[in-house]
Amino acid sequence: MQQDLIPHLFRTEYSKIVAVLSRLLGLQHLDVAEDIAADTFLAAMEIWPYKGVPTNPEAWVYVVAKNKVRNHLARSAIFMKKVAGGLARDASQIEYPEIDLSEQNISDSQLQMLFAVCHPALSVEAQLGLALKVLCGFGIEEIANALLSNKDTIQKRLYRAKKALREVGLKMELPNASAINERLDSVLTTLYLLFNEGYYSESDDNVLREDLCREAIRLTGLLIENEATRQPEVLALMALMHFHSSRFAARKNERGEMILYDDQDEQLWDREMITKGVYYLHAASQGERLSKYHLEASIAYWHTQKADTKEKWDNILQLFNKLLRLQYSPAAALNRTYALYKVHGRAKAIEEAEKMSLSDNHYYHILLGSLYSGVDNSCALTHLDVAYELAKSAAEKAMILKKCAKLRKWMLRHGFYYMYNKP
Amino acid sequence: MEKFILIFRHEDGSKIASPEQMQVWMKQTMDWIGGIAAQNKFVEGNGLPFHNARVVGHKGVVTNGPFGDIKETIGGFIIVKAESVDEAVAFAKGCPVLQGEGNTVEVRRVAADDGVH
Repeated sequence: MQQDLIPHLFRTEYSKIVAVLSRLLGLQHLDVAEDIAADTFLAAMEIWPYKGVPTNPEAWVYVVAKNKVRNHLARSAIFMKKVAGGLARDASQIEYPEIDLSEQNISDSQLQMLFAVCHPALSVEAQLGLALKVLCGFGIEEIANALLSNKDTIQKRLYRAKKALREVGLKMELPNASAINERLDSVLTTLYLLFNEGYYSESDDNVLREDLCREAIRLTGLLIENEATRQPEVLALMALMHFHSSRFAARKNERGEMILYDDQDEQLWDREMITKGVYYLHAASQGERLSKYHLEASIAYWHTQKADTKEKWDNILQLFNKLLRLQYSPAAALNRTYALYKVHGRAKAIEEAEKMSLSDNHYYHILLGSLYSGVDNSCALTHLDVAYELAKSAAEKAMILKKCAKLRKWMLRHGFYYMYNKP
Repeated sequence: MEKFILIFRHEDGSKIASPEQMQVWMKQTMDWIGGIAAQNKFVEGNGLPFHNARVVGHKGVVTNGPFGDIKETIGGFIIVKAESVDEAVAFAKGCPVLQGEGNTVEVRRVAADDGVH
């Protein structure tokens, strides 16, 4: 029973140790910090299975990690003395810096690490990979699965990312007041992508996907805990994440197949998550700025109301109008068109959808498939066929096939109806 | 892809319509702009409130205006991306301002900042 605790403990503690040690040793020694953390867990794996898990595993891990840091410092001091000129004092006289693994220092260090890995000098892919590795304690294979890549690519990406970090000469610190908003933008983008990677990813590993979302929420929480970074956009992003996460249990059936929003069992929605989301959205509405996170969180809020009211869709349409003016994205354009259908009817939505140049996007064809259903069924089926060809994951392909089958059944039924009711 | 500005000329809506009607127009305008933005063709835009407007004339003569004599004043604008003036005109045709007789949308190409214009 207690053995089950280990993998998660490692994941959490790894990121804490790496952050604290990077702050202590300097970000240019990130690799050393990672090695020490990994060595610590290696020691646990060698000892715990035989002697039992200690009563306080975290404390054990911290003691071992601290010892390993001291050994490392002593070794490098000896190296300095023997090889690099003998200026360092006797190894026995080294003054060890204090290794502060207090809760406060851990969260401060992780926050600084968050800003470091989200530095604009790094590509977005590098930021995501590095965040998963050093802040979420994911292994290379988990990262590869989560980001639909392979181990080699991820390994190279991380190597390059760390090199870039060293070259920028970044320090473990919060950006100063004048730079913090700009840097915060890039942190929020990364957290947003991290969450979306979990929520919309085509990876079939559901557990991993939910972990990704939870980690994104945890890291956003770090920003909220600190006064300097508790900005309205951060609170809005947190609200958005909570509203989406509330539907986790309702999104998949027991066979792991995707259940679309309309078919979800509302009883499975997590009310507590929704309440927290409302709290964060309310807190986010204190400032002047209306960010895309505010708009997306408000849209997500309306989706926590299952009933199809006019008020709901009116609001969603206007929010998408605003969101698109702020920043275009194909997903927003397609979702807006669905809202347009709900407010102004099929004909209007089809007219606007046909003007979009998104024919290589499978969601575009799913949307047109459902808009044409019942109006021009053969056209609907053509779009669903294209969507099926373009879809990448098995879950999505299965969902599209289900729609096709439903439509064919409907056509059959209505076909008979027309046959029997011919004048 | 070039940029075009769509300039709306119309009477001060608040003088001829109820607040309710104004709200309907506002929603229609937002839907119209949303439709352009959904094609990734929206650049920017804004309304120009009639309230507290001034016209500064020759020799610095300041008047409240430009209303009074001129029926068609500028009430707002948007800038769109379009392949041609015809596409920009097609966008303009959807503008809710045109529901009012005598109102117009002027379509003008925005000079590219490329040193040629």
